[in-house]
Amino acid sequence: MKPKVTVRKFDAVIVGAGGAGLRAAIQLSESGFKTAVLTKVFPTRSHTVAAQGGVAASLGNSEEDHWHWHMYDTVKGSDWLGDQDAIEFMCRKANEVVIELEHYGMPFDRLDNGRIYQRPFGGHMSNFGEKPVRRSCAAADRTGHAMLHAMYQRNVKANTQFFVEWMALDLIRDQEGEVLGVTALEMETGELYAFHAKATIFATGGAGRIFHSSTNAFINTGDGLGMAARAGIPLEDMEFWQFHPTGVAGAGVLITEGVRGEGGILRNSQGERFMERYAPNAKDLASRDVVSRAMVTEINEGRGCGPNKDYVLLDITHLEPDVIMKRLPGIREIAIQFAGVDPIKAPIPVVPTCHYQMGGIPTNYHGQVVVPGKRTQNEIVPGFYAAGECACASVHGANRLGTNSLLDLLVFGKSAGETAVEELKKSPKAHKDLPADAFDRTLERLNRLNTQKDGANVHETRLAMQRTMQKHAGVFRFAHLLKEGVEKILEVQKAVNQTEIKDKSMVFNTARIEALELDNMIEAAVATMVSAEARKESRGAHVRDDCPDTPEHPNGRDDDNWLKHTLWFKEGNRLEYKSVNLRPLTVDTIPLKKRAY
Amino acid sequence: MNEPRRIRTERLRWASRRALLENDLLLQRFWQSQPEVLDDETASVLERLLALEDHDLWELLSGRRETDDPAVNELVALLRQPAVQECEPSTGD
Repeated sequence: MKPKVTVRKFDAVIVGAGGAGLRAAIQLSESGFKTAVLTKVFPTRSHTVAAQGGVAASLGNSEEDHWHWHMYDTVKGSDWLGDQDAIEFMCRKANEVVIELEHYGMPFDRLDNGRIYQRPFGGHMSNFGEKPVRRSCAAADRTGHAMLHAMYQRNVKANTQFFVEWMALDLIRDQEGEVLGVTALEMETGELYAFHAKATIFATGGAGRIFHSSTNAFINTGDGLGMAARAGIPLEDMEFWQFHPTGVAGAGVLITEGVRGEGGILRNSQGERFMERYAPNAKDLASRDVVSRAMVTEINEGRGCGPNKDYVLLDITHLEPDVIMKRLPGIREIAIQFAGVDPIKAPIPVVPTCHYQMGGIPTNYHGQVVVPGKRTQNEIVPGFYAAGECACASVHGANRLGTNSLLDLLVFGKSAGETAVEELKKSPKAHKDLPADAFDRTLERLNRLNTQKDGANVHETRLAMQRTMQKHAGVFRFAHLLKEGVEKILEVQKAVNQTEIKDKSMVFNTARIEALELDNMIEAAVATMVSAEARKESRGAHVRDDCPDTPEHPNGRDDDNWLKHTLWFKEGNRLEYKSVNLRPLTVDTIPLKKRAY
Repeated sequence: MNEPRRIRTERLRWASRRALLENDLLLQRFWQSQPEVLDDETASVLERLLALEDHDLWELLSGRRETDDPAVNELVALLRQPAVQECEPSTGD
């Protein structure tokens, strides 16, 4: 017997209640539309909470600043892979969305004159890269947290309907390709629902958990990416992931760069201070990418530490204990808790660690999902929107500028909401009928999982995926490893298609949820590996050993052949490419140049 | 098996998914040390701990702060016991 699916109708359904989802919901609910927000965890427990750096806006409260300078920094940061129309749009909208947030009650740090205090941040420059400028607006070290609270309260006031501890399972599309909502699982009962809506907005965050070492919380399983891919939507630029050089090996918790600033030294299995070979002057204080590359080279050449030789050591044992206690107490605590070592006595195992996903579901700057069609390379998928880390507008291109992640989710959360409002105003009163096969994909998936015999263990399969991604598509990439990686990840995918759960109970079945999350993660993982293997250049965060810095290709970037976006399609595991939009909305193109800081 | 107790346990298991990785990892360690179904006392203390905002939770778990709830402090002390391993660091999942 088929399980029952209860249908609920809304004007709009939003999946995800982090920054982007909450911002989109405000727009819809305040316009009077009946809006549902589905979220796996309570909204203020979304991963946006972890964002501390602030949100970029050229308010110019402390010194002169301009959105055009911010735009320049963002284009340069993206290594020219960002779409310049979307980047201009975001940078021009920054002041508006930050001031709105202030009106929602966000407790920004302030200057004596009452204006929002702004602090400097890496990569923020005035006058087209001339000198640093104060552009980041923050609320102490809890910017993301304060932002979520302010927006959640605003939503409660606007009667947004929250469905907390619900997991969206699949996108519902009809014959014409129009999106009509999602299927979802209520965790508390294990019952199935369909949210039938005229507008569906994905704000599901990144898929950072596909890597073995990741700073991302466990909830970041790329659910929106999996749902989109299964419904025939391509994923854009998935080869671009931002890494931090020093996360605690195995755990992923960040060790700040301040540790090396205080005299921390990186060592290999022979105890050698290997950075002396890679950066004779800066040594351990070399830039992030130089340090990450050196670490990976040491590990790949067999000089890693531990039984699997898969990490290096960050050594501060030569510092006086009272210096460590005084200047680095938080780091000592992290090392004790997550590495099981007291850094006063023993070095900390570290590896380059995944942090942020630049690619995602392709959208335009209105937040509408776009796919290649018969007439153009960016045809709108009716009824479907995406914003935040799960989306690719594309403003981050090949690498993200610091503090642009919070800006992205505000601007494009709002934009997706606004566009949905405009479309809803034009739409007929009645909902379009659901197709007869609306629930089939979900029912098949659940049935497969419930009846699987002699299948693969979810935990082991996830670990195999994570280790494959870390080794074969990490921060520094090698042609032969990528090639092997494609084969290996497709093997892992076969196991994912045969996962088995022992516990078949209905109520809060975490094992079932984790299996369903793995279905989503594997799509992001395959997309990443295949896209990375294919891109034969180095650009931004995608750095290949076989595409080095040469006079012909500065930093290994090859604009003649690779100034284009990747689109990965699940069906046939194939790639297409589309051109980068180098034309801003009102200003001149920011011309191609070597990216140097 | 006591069904309400099992459901309460499963609800708390899911509520241990947090906004910050640090909290995820320490709570994961907690679950690895527990029986399949929590007793009422443990469940009720864990409920109080999980009701905290994530930054506050991490302040407790990282030893920078204590609550005035002795049972919660005791649970935090249990979570904080580091799993010291000689050669391999603790694994994320």
